[in-house]
Amino acid sequence: MLKTFARATTPIIHTAKQGFPRCVSSVPTTSQLDTTKYGGKYTVTLIPGDGIGQETAAAVKTIFRAANVPIEWEQHDVTGYTQEGDILFKQSIESIRRNKVALKGILYTPISKLGHQSFNVAIRKDLDIYASLVLIKNIKGYPTRHNNVDFAIIRENTEGEYAGLEHQSYPGVVESLKIVTRKKTERIARFAFDFALRNSRKKVTCVHKANIMKLGDGLFLNTCREVAKDYEASGIEFDDMIVDNCSMQLVSKPQQFDVMVMPNLYGNIVSNVGAALVGGPGIIPGANIGREYALFEPGCRHVGRDIQGHNTANPTALIFSAVMMLHHLGLGDYANRIHNAVKQTIRQGSAKTPDMGGTSSTTNFTLSVISNL
Amino acid sequence: MKFEINNLISIGLRSFASSASSITETFHAPPNANGNYLVTLIPGDGIGPEISESVKRIYSAAEVPIEWEAVNVTPVIKKGKTVIPDEALNSVKKNTVALKGPLATPIGKGHGEYSGIEHTVVDGVVQSIKLITKDASERCARYAFTYSKDIGRNRVTAIHKANIMKLSDGLFLDVCQEVAKDFPDIKFEDMLLDRACLHIVQDPARFSDTVMVMPNLYGDILSDMCAGLIGGLGLTPSGNIGKDASIFEAVHGTAPDIAGKDLANPTALLLSSIMMLRHMRLYTYADRIETAVLSTIAEGKCLTRDLGGSATNTEFTNHIITKLK
Repeated sequence: MLKTFARATTPIIHTAKQGFPRCVSSVPTTSQLDTTKYGGKYTVTLIPGDGIGQETAAAVKTIFRAANVPIEWEQHDVTGYTQEGDILFKQSIESIRRNKVALKGILYTPISKLGHQSFNVAIRKDLDIYASLVLIKNIKGYPTRHNNVDFAIIRENTEGEYAGLEHQSYPGVVESLKIVTRKKTERIARFAFDFALRNSRKKVTCVHKANIMKLGDGLFLNTCREVAKDYEASGIEFDDMIVDNCSMQLVSKPQQFDVMVMPNLYGNIVSNVGAALVGGPGIIPGANIGREYALFEPGCRHVGRDIQGHNTANPTALIFSAVMMLHHLGLGDYANRIHNAVKQTIRQGSAKTPDMGGTSSTTNFTLSVISNL
Repeated sequence: MKFEINNLISIGLRSFASSASSITETFHAPPNANGNYLVTLIPGDGIGPEISESVKRIYSAAEVPIEWEAVNVTPVIKKGKTVIPDEALNSVKKNTVALKGPLATPIGKGHGEYSGIEHTVVDGVVQSIKLITKDASERCARYAFTYSKDIGRNRVTAIHKANIMKLSDGLFLDVCQEVAKDFPDIKFEDMLLDRACLHIVQDPARFSDTVMVMPNLYGDILSDMCAGLIGGLGLTPSGNIGKDASIFEAVHGTAPDIAGKDLANPTALLLSSIMMLRHMRLYTYADRIETAVLSTIAEGKCLTRDLGGSATNTEFTNHIITKLK
C-alpha cells in the first residue's frame, strides 16, 4: 500500500499553447505569492555559470531589458573553476532562498578526486529541487534527421547515482552507493503524471534497469506502477522500458515517447541523446522544480568551456529556460513574446550560430531576437 | 543505415572468466590432429539454431579450419542453485573460445553495477552498490589498448562520470591513464558519459577511429544506442574476452515469433564469429567472410525481412556463400 506522502504538495504544471509549462509550483493560483516582488517587479537570482554562461546570460538580460520584463536580477558570478568559489556559492544559495526563483547557467565540476563536489548537484540537493524537466522538441527552421520529436524528460534530481556516497573499502576497491527511496520516487512519479495530465500528454514511460538492479530500480519501477494506478481514470497510459533498449529506441524511433520519468543518471543520458536528436544542447531548455524553489537552467547541463569567450554560443537554451521561468512567474505575455521572437529568428535563418550551421555571433543572434520582439 | 559507424567499438568492464590477472588475454589453443581448432558452439534458443546453422554452412563453404563442439546450456539445478551444465562449462574452458546464439535465460557475470550487491536498508530505502576495482579496471583497459593496436586504430577513449562519481569512476579513469603510459603510440583521451551520448548521436563519425573503454552499465547503454544508429542489434557483433576463455555472441533476442520459419537474419552472429576469427588470428578467413557478408548486404538484392528484403535466411546464406572468393 502506497502512502500518499507527496500528494498535497505535488507541483502542478500548466502549459501555454506553445508547449511550455506555464506555471510550475505547489499551488498554481498562489505561485506568484511565493516569489519576491517589490514595486511591481520580481527579484530573480541569476547565476550565469562557467563556460558560455556569461555570454548567454548577457543575451537574456539584453532581451529582457528590450522587452521591458519586470524583473530585477540579483546576479552571483559563482564559478566552479576554483575552490575559492565556495563563499560566493553559499551567498548564491541564500539568494535563491530569498527569491525562490533562479535562472542559472552551468557551473564547472573538476574531475579530480581532490576537487570540490558538483555545485550544480549541491544546489539542487540543498534546496531539495527534486524534479528536473527537460523538453525535447524540434524547432521549425532547424531541421534534423528526425521530425515530429516531442517528449518531456522528468528526472529525479536528488538521489540515485548522484547520492555522492562512495568509499574505498580496501586499496584498489571502491564502492559507490546508489540510493533509491520510495518517498522520493513517489513524488517524482506524481510530478511526471501531473505534468502529463496538465499538458494533455497521453503516456508516461518509466526508464529503468530493474532487470539487473532488481531491488533499487525495482523499487523505482514498482512505485511508478503504483502511482500510475491513480491516474488510470484520467486516461494517462503507463509503460516502462529498460534503459539500454530506451537508448536504442530513442535514436531509431524517438516519436514513440511522450513523458519519460527516470532516476538521476539515466536522465543525464537520455537528455543528451534527446538533445542530439533535435539539434544539440544549444536549444534545449530545462527547469528544476522543488516544493519551495524553482531553478531554470539549460536542459543538457554542458558548461561549454571549449567555446567560452568566443561569442559563438547559442543562447537559445538559456532564453527558453528563462521563458519557462516567466510562465512560472505568471508573466505569460512576456514569455510568449520572447518565445515567438526566438522562434522567428531561427525560422528566418539569418542569425544562426555555428552549432546550428550558421556563422552568426551570440550578439547578432540576440539583436535579431530583439528586432523580432 | 545512414550512419557509417560500423567501426565504432566499445569495450565494457565485463569479465566472463574472472580470476584476477592483469595480463592481456590472447588466444593460444593448439589445433587438433586434423589441423582444426575446436570451438564451442552454443546455438541458443528461438532463432538461435537457425542462425547457427547459417554460420556453420558458410564456414564449411569457406573451409575455415574450425570444428564445432555444440553444447546445450539450458540451466540445471545443482546443489539448489541454477547453473549452466558442467558439460558446457568444461567445453568452453577446454576450447577457450565459444560462439553463442541468443539465450532465453542470460548467463555470465561481471563487475561494475552488475555485481548484484543490493539491499533494503529500511522499508522503502534501497542501496545498490557499484563496485569498481583496480584489477578489473586495469585488465579491461589493457585489453582496450591492445585491441586498439591490433586493429590499427591507435586511439582509446575512456567514458566515465568521474565528475560526479569521483572515487569509483575516478579509479577507473586513473587506471586507464596509468595503462595509457605503457602505450605511448596510442592516443588516449577521456570523455564524460553525457558528452559521449550527445556526440555519438550527433556525429558518430568522429569516433570512427577509436576504441572506447568504460564500466559495465555505460557499456550496456552505449552499445545498444550505437546499435540503434547502425540498424539494430541484428547487425551488431560482440565479444566477451576473459583470461581463461572468450565468448563471441549475438546480443539480440531469441525472436520466438519467427523461430523455425527460416526468416531470421544471421548477420549479428556471423559478424560476431568474424570477431572470433580475428581473435584466433585467422585473419584471411575473417576478411573473406566479412567481405561476402557486407557485399551481400550492400548489394541489397537478397536481404532478410528485417533489412527490408523478402529473402529467407537460407537464401541470404546461400547468397553469401556464392560471394565467397
